[in-house]
Amino acid sequence: MGQRTPLYQKHLDAGAKIVDFAGWDMPINYGSQIEEHNQVRTAAGVFDVSHMTVVDVAGNDACDYLRHLLANDVAKLDEAGRALYSAMLKPDGGVIDDLIVYRTSFGYRVVVNCATRDKDLAWMQEQTTGFEVTVNERPELAILAVHGPLSLEKVIGLLDANKAETVGTLKNFRGAELGDWFIARTGYTGEKGLEFILPAADAPALWNQLLAVDVKPVGLGARDTLRLEAGMNLYGQDMDETTSPIVSNMAQTIAWEPDDRDFIGREAVTEQLNQQGQGALPALTGLVLEERGVLRAGQKVITDQGEGVITSGSFSPTLKHSIALARIPINSTSCEVELRGKPTPVRIVQPNFVRFGKKVFE
Amino acid sequence: MSKIIDDLKYAASHEWVSVDDNGIATVGISDHAQEALGDIVFVELPEPGTTVNAKDEVSVVESVKAASDVYSPVSGEITEINEALLDAPETVNASPYDNGWFFKIAISEEADLDELMDAEAYSDHCDDD
Repeated sequence: MGQRTPLYQKHLDAGAKIVDFAGWDMPINYGSQIEEHNQVRTAAGVFDVSHMTVVDVAGNDACDYLRHLLANDVAKLDEAGRALYSAMLKPDGGVIDDLIVYRTSFGYRVVVNCATRDKDLAWMQEQTTGFEVTVNERPELAILAVHGPLSLEKVIGLLDANKAETVGTLKNFRGAELGDWFIARTGYTGEKGLEFILPAADAPALWNQLLAVDVKPVGLGARDTLRLEAGMNLYGQDMDETTSPIVSNMAQTIAWEPDDRDFIGREAVTEQLNQQGQGALPALTGLVLEERGVLRAGQKVITDQGEGVITSGSFSPTLKHSIALARIPINSTSCEVELRGKPTPVRIVQPNFVRFGKKVFE
Repeated sequence: MSKIIDDLKYAASHEWVSVDDNGIATVGISDHAQEALGDIVFVELPEPGTTVNAKDEVSVVESVKAASDVYSPVSGEITEINEALLDAPETVNASPYDNGWFFKIAISEEADLDELMDAEAYSDHCDDD
């Protein structure tokens, strides 16, 4: 038996197929992954992502500490509630993890991946040397993500007047602390929606309320196809400690200015960006297969500039054909993937396929 | 718990076979197989008229999760394919034993059928999976 979230019984009640995910018993689907995917693109769905790790950072040096720890710059978070996506790098530029950091009344709240929890916490603790800062995991909190075009109106209808008003005026990529709940307009699907970080004891009641207004449960299977359509990286698949943000389509999440900010990995990624400019490093890009077949992670890609590899691939339920993220030589213009022994031409596109229910690439 | 139909025969690789009075076998994949694959998004079918041997790969199923080969449980000639699956592969998930059949084959070696499992043996086989 693995670790279980406060909603484990709710998943069973909803007919979930449970799988092991990094030591957690999590719902992969509740019947049909494609129906759940379409539910989020056309209406609203709820994901239990309580397995993810919440870490609160506080203390006089919290800001300076995170400006050193992260490749993006928390100094951009000029008021409480604002959120930032960032990589946490090793000195050699390898990605330890990707994360979301929110500025809060007490300092900062960081949400990291579950599979990387132990090494993230160890690394974050290690880097506190010389800073007046506390780094506290909050395992007693659950996380529910509600996403889809109808998500906001469905949620607002359930909340008390105070919460409803705050959520109704929340801008994208902003959060609000409401008592011991934190509610933010962030997510991993390419649709509008909210994430609730709340005490474990409150999670089952919110889940019930959501299901009662026809927000349907969505498993980790659909979560993966939704994020892939949105062109969002998955840690451990599209990037890890052996790949830098430069070769992972994450260069734009590095804050280069001010140029005297000394973040971990700065020297390495600066050098790698130069190398990529000279054609010596590959890039993470999008691939589209418009004929029958499915691109899969690990498949070899042959381009006019050399060889590459698919890092994430699947059938896109929204587009009804296969899409992928692939790390291929920079400046490639044409490419083929061997599908069941047959070299098959695929198109290279920007790694962003679907936003707000619609195709976004040319 | 996946459904197993009593009067069908089953291959270890999870195909089912139903034989009519004229020695024509209809072949599909079991409920257990479709459940394990998850949502099916493409089905590739053999050419009618092709002669195949038992255990040959004759068809491919691609689901959201993986690609999987479908083997012919018997030797013979493919007489008909379920073309509806090309446009509606999800039929295999919804109706594995009925509308989700894959192909029909005129059996050339009756003895191939003896190699297959009955429902009870197949049920045990699935439990061991």
